[in-house]
Amino acid sequence: MTGRHLITDAQNTWCPGCGNFSIQHTLKNVLTDLEQEGEDLDQIVLVSGIGCHAKIADYLDINSFYSIHGRAIPVASGIKLANRDLKVICCVGDGDAYAEGLDHLIFAAKRNIDITVIVHNNRVYGLTTGQYTPTSPHGFKGKSTPMGTLEYPLNPLELMLASGGTYIARGYTQKRDQLKSLIRGAIDHKGFAFVDVLQICATFFNMTSQYNPRVYPLQEYDRSDAGIACEKVREWDYNSDAPIALGLFYQRSALTFDEQFRHQSLHGKERQILIEEFLATRQ
Amino acid sequence: MAQDVSVLVGGKAGDGINSAGAVVAQLLNSVGYHTCTYYEYPSLIRGGHNFAIIRGADHPVDVHRNMVDYVIALNMDTISLHSGRFHEKTVTVFNSDVVKAPGQGISVSAALTSENAPAIMGNSALIGAFASSAGIPWDTVSEVFNRHIPKGADINLRVARKGYDQVTAVHPINRIGDRRFSLISGNEAIALGLIHGGLSAYVSYPMTPSSSLLHFLAEHADRFGITVIHPENEIAVILMALGISYAGGRPAIGTSGGGFCLMTEGLSLAGMAEIPLVIVVSQRTGPSTGLPTFTGQSDLHFILHAGQGEFPRFVVAPGTAREAYAWSAVAMDIAGHYQVPAIILADKTLSEGTFSLDPVQLPEVPFRGPVLWDGSNTYHRYADNGSVVSHQAFPGTRGAVVKVNSYAHDETGITTEEAAIVAQMTRKRMRKAAHLAEAMEAYDTVITDGPVHAGTMLVCWGSVQGACTEAAHELGLRAVRPVVLSPFPEIRLKQALEGARRLISVEENATGQLAALLRLHGITVDTMVLQYDGRPLTPEMLVERLKEAGV
Repeated sequence: MTGRHLITDAQNTWCPGCGNFSIQHTLKNVLTDLEQEGEDLDQIVLVSGIGCHAKIADYLDINSFYSIHGRAIPVASGIKLANRDLKVICCVGDGDAYAEGLDHLIFAAKRNIDITVIVHNNRVYGLTTGQYTPTSPHGFKGKSTPMGTLEYPLNPLELMLASGGTYIARGYTQKRDQLKSLIRGAIDHKGFAFVDVLQICATFFNMTSQYNPRVYPLQEYDRSDAGIACEKVREWDYNSDAPIALGLFYQRSALTFDEQFRHQSLHGKERQILIEEFLATRQ
Repeated sequence: MAQDVSVLVGGKAGDGINSAGAVVAQLLNSVGYHTCTYYEYPSLIRGGHNFAIIRGADHPVDVHRNMVDYVIALNMDTISLHSGRFHEKTVTVFNSDVVKAPGQGISVSAALTSENAPAIMGNSALIGAFASSAGIPWDTVSEVFNRHIPKGADINLRVARKGYDQVTAVHPINRIGDRRFSLISGNEAIALGLIHGGLSAYVSYPMTPSSSLLHFLAEHADRFGITVIHPENEIAVILMALGISYAGGRPAIGTSGGGFCLMTEGLSLAGMAEIPLVIVVSQRTGPSTGLPTFTGQSDLHFILHAGQGEFPRFVVAPGTAREAYAWSAVAMDIAGHYQVPAIILADKTLSEGTFSLDPVQLPEVPFRGPVLWDGSNTYHRYADNGSVVSHQAFPGTRGAVVKVNSYAHDETGITTEEAAIVAQMTRKRMRKAAHLAEAMEAYDTVITDGPVHAGTMLVCWGSVQGACTEAAHELGLRAVRPVVLSPFPEIRLKQALEGARRLISVEENATGQLAALLRLHGITVDTMVLQYDGRPLTPEMLVERLKEAGV
């Protein structure tokens, strides 16, 4: 399919000013570029979890698996294992991937399976109307923590570095050009690619005034140096007032999980012969 | 006179009881016997008491018996814990280094020393002694060792010969034929059935008694061209499998009750998104961690009702290894054709027991195959065009945008809350249940055995059929068993039970879950015989329980 519209007729129900619009627009532009370069968009699959972010599966007119809360990553892994020709992009939320489905995120990085994970990190639960998430700052007052959270946020980039991710980046919905190059780089990367996207929640947690003065693009360094990457990743812990670096923190090439499976599916008759041969060994 | 012999092999965990049991079963196999082997072991790696009971007969057998004709004792516990199983003619072969008992003692340490063999080969001396006591010719022993002990068969045979020569034939087992069956476990039967049915990937997290299915498929992944994955937990297992299925693979997953608890959100997703998936659940004694290595049938209602919301599912509970093979292949086809979850409900007794499968009688399964998009018209994943199911296309298919969704969705797969569409799509999904029920008429969904006019009938499900069938024979009763539990074969079951004056359900749970299911379908069970200590019912135990109940 070529030159297609890429946007479905589904009514968009994100709030005005929602950061999800930026991510959808950016992803659409990346897809358009890919198609112009000769990629077949029928070979792209989008997998989402559940949350405001996940509506992107309804809105983008490409193959999609609108899964359940926290579980997009194992679904995406299965898709890649079944058909390595597919490019699998996983859009997940911060509550989705860092709370409910954290185990899957860590293991996907550990396996270096060749999928792209884009985290719509607005640091609040939007669709359930405003509770803290694993990346909300300490003291966040949400509906489940009216007196403020008692716990500190986790740093997802540091976690991904420790887990074995081979492409680790952070973008921001108000830096669209950079976001586009980070997402494109993630899709092109062979291996587990992770992009944490700082995203505005216009209704429940609008961080624009905190982010804008603090964000800056990462300077040049050897991106395969995990030591430097770790230092850069730790500069901001998702809680302090430190400067917030944006860009690609770390990248290395490594054998992927999926490329190590090479089984050719056998047809019925071959299977039956093999079964009979096996049974003979048990006589 | 019917030939029917039982052999007990016992020792402590780590003594190699499983492999000793397997060799004894092969010895009986090689003199023409149908066999079944029951393994019992505690949930630990070293120490504790392990035993195997191998039964051989001139007819197919699916269950062991209480009483044994031969004992191979690696330790004293084997004599003291099982004395109730011995009769006056029981032949005892034991390691005289550690056991003091009447019978045929041989010094395992002496046999090992004389052949300069490692301790792990000690069992061979006792197996040799058993073979001799049972009058099994040395050539047969030699052949079985060479076929089934690929590593160090020679030295094992020399050790076995030491045992063989020290014992005389006390109670010879008659050779009854030259035909040899394939000995496989219930889990292996399931695995081969899944492969027969088109399995492309198996995803599982270890949990007894399903783990040996994972181990078998992982070991033979290359041979059968399948991908085997052991991910981080059971939630990942089912979601990964759904991803594989969506992308055109033919996956199955396996677990026990505790793991299945974690899978239920994924099960409901499979129902809503109409993604084919085969799930093997092998029951153990519950609730919770329960008895990890013992059997039970207490997950029937859980399996029938797991997952939020309503969606059709196929549930089959094979009672024998042969059925396990056949129905696993059928389950693959049903899941693929009807785009529903298909659950194979087994238990520890079936999964881990070993049985004789006749390779020349592999079941012929009529496959329907998946219903695929032909490329005409715009593709809609959930098109409701009057056919049994919506046509499937897989991502990567040129011209098809394949959208699946856990939310209520329209025909294109996009989320909707429109009342009329929600109702229509619900009807579309539920319609598959009726079609599936109709298709089931071509299968043996209810198994009957024994006289039609028996006033008292036994009804059971799953592996307990072995005890039920034999007890029914002995007492002149009729035994009836639904193999398919969803869609429930109500009409056929009622026909099978026609004329019953007293209906007794036999189940390995504490509440009578089949009896409750039968009541739901208008069938009244008069008496329940329930067993819930983790040990499978044997024919003798059941006969006794039935007599207590006034049969």
